[in-house]
Amino acid sequence: MRKGLTYLGRNISRPRVAFFEFTSCEGCQLQLLNDEHNLLDFLDLFEVVAFREAMSSASGRYDIAFVEGSISCSEEVARLQEIRSRAATLVALGSCACFGGINQLRNRYSDSGWPARLVYGNSTIPVTPLPEVLPLHALVEVDLQIFGCPIHKGEVERIVTNLVVGKKISHPKYPVCMECTAGGHICLFELGEPCLGPVTRAGCNAWCPSERSGCQGCRGPAEVANLEQLEQIFQKREIPLEVLLDYLECHGGFPEWSARLRKKLAPATAHNQP
Amino acid sequence: MKGTTDISIQHLTRVEGHGNISIKVDGGKLVHADWEVVESPRFFEAILVGKSWWSAPSLCGRICGICSIGHTLASIRAIERAFDFEPSEQTRTLRLLLKHMETLQSHILHIFFLAVPDFLGTGSLLALRVTRPEVVELAARLKKLANDGADLIGGRRLHPTRLTVGGFTKLPRQDLLVTLQQRLHQARNDLRQAAELIQSFTFPDFQRETEYVSLKGETGYPFIGGMLLSSDGVVREEDNYLEMTNEYLTEQSTAKWSRLSRDSFAVGALARLNNNGTLLHPGARAMAESFGLLPVCHNPFYNTVAQLVECLHVIEDSELLIDRLLASTWQQPRATPAPRVGKGVGAIEVPRGILYHSYSLNNQGIITAADCVIPTSQNHANIQHDLTKLVAEAAASELPDNEIEQLAAMLVRAYDPCISCSVH
Repeated sequence: MRKGLTYLGRNISRPRVAFFEFTSCEGCQLQLLNDEHNLLDFLDLFEVVAFREAMSSASGRYDIAFVEGSISCSEEVARLQEIRSRAATLVALGSCACFGGINQLRNRYSDSGWPARLVYGNSTIPVTPLPEVLPLHALVEVDLQIFGCPIHKGEVERIVTNLVVGKKISHPKYPVCMECTAGGHICLFELGEPCLGPVTRAGCNAWCPSERSGCQGCRGPAEVANLEQLEQIFQKREIPLEVLLDYLECHGGFPEWSARLRKKLAPATAHNQP
Repeated sequence: MKGTTDISIQHLTRVEGHGNISIKVDGGKLVHADWEVVESPRFFEAILVGKSWWSAPSLCGRICGICSIGHTLASIRAIERAFDFEPSEQTRTLRLLLKHMETLQSHILHIFFLAVPDFLGTGSLLALRVTRPEVVELAARLKKLANDGADLIGGRRLHPTRLTVGGFTKLPRQDLLVTLQQRLHQARNDLRQAAELIQSFTFPDFQRETEYVSLKGETGYPFIGGMLLSSDGVVREEDNYLEMTNEYLTEQSTAKWSRLSRDSFAVGALARLNNNGTLLHPGARAMAESFGLLPVCHNPFYNTVAQLVECLHVIEDSELLIDRLLASTWQQPRATPAPRVGKGVGAIEVPRGILYHSYSLNNQGIITAADCVIPTSQNHANIQHDLTKLVAEAAASELPDNEIEQLAAMLVRAYDPCISCSVH
């Protein structure tokens, strides 16, 4: 029998937690299993009632439902609504759930039926793709978002621990650039490389730029983010704005900016299917 | 004589992605046993059209959370071959080392978290933390080693940050490579313990001879590029992968299926062992022999054991690769290849079998067409044929329904399917 949970001497109950995935690579759930030194302590915070990737059996109501993935076919809509109806708190886990993620890149084509025709021709398949890939909040109320592609385990543990003990949860308002600078890493712009660090919400500890890989904005915009200024940086460094668009649209976190820039760059990047 | 049995498993647990098993048995006779894939397609082949060459590897890594390193490497290889670019020896060595860390990550995840619970009569490895803590600790230790190795070489456990066309954005610290090598060496003992545990399991007695497809090893057990080989004697160039994969559509699956010389073939650890077992390092080869896997094994349940053998092989190989890296001075981490019009194919042995990426690019390096053929999609038809035979035999011997259900689930799990990957 496990001991009861306490926080600052106060007893708290172990929430019934469930994990679900929709259209995704399941990498975010894998990240949850990927911090071996404190995995068991982390899991001890909950009563895990559904985690299809790691265990058999599932049932009932959930205090917290973690949902990975975007919604991309009609069969998923009812399943998401069912999970919502059983969950007191629904957490969108990762960029696909928060913004549509890489999957929403198919939304950029003017003919929404083309991707399915390219892959399946006119054959019948067992699911019905939606015209557009959607983030969870487009269909149900989302109580909390955990950003990232993939999610950052340390951040998840902090957020989830706060959720369980009833502490306030807040995301950083400043951009990745500040974390990168504080870490003393070489600025990618100095190397002539593109980066969305100046406009992307921090919290990942500059995961990609610290490895000399430009930030692709998987965590969405920081509270104060200036696209005009970012465009100027790209132009000053002679990085094509088409590259900026590629980065902005990559995870779906900057939909308005991507749309505006795509329009500005048209017809070069009209993204009409061949 | 038993009556009618209907078994329906919706969203099979302890596999990656969404698949269903549907079985009907009537009076000890099989009516049908179907493996259905109901995963939502993400249309990666469409997503890639119009994207620049440099964005493909990190996009394609997102095809799969478990084998993101393999997808990234296959994507890079396809582009580098389209540009006729030959990576440096340092880059090739580091890529193979990173590949090995993924093999270890993925195989350990499958062996312990997905497969072992069936043999120890539990629904989850985590349930064993009270009754068999040593098993949970062993799994966690090996998985952490693989994850730390992937962090060190690739920058992170999944969706690697350092891999790029032309090389690496950053190189690992040499002193940390030494530490990794020591830990890998110590892990040989952990794998021996794992082998003892698995020796104590009773595997279902099931055989179905099939065709096995993999890369063809020349001087070593193959992982990255080279000739393609089937156990029925088909040999093809990497560029002619379509002659090996022959994908087709089926109504029971959003993933395509494949066939070659017969109705189906298998890829993965067991296929690699069957095709290239003589090229294993000595420790791995001895382990394969101790399980009776060599020279050939036709029991798909032993794919899990073949994965364990490969864990030891990649550890032995990684130690040698690190020796090689430590014996030379660091060269520039990356070069920048020049884009050109063309087509490139990258074939990589990823944990679940052989993976192909193929892209056509225009003169600005924009992708005009893309094709990804995933190991699990190549396995789907073989899973179906195994399932049919397995259930027919189980029904004929009048096994109770719950045992048939358990066997069917275990069979699919043995293939370690990566379903979202297979639909992509």
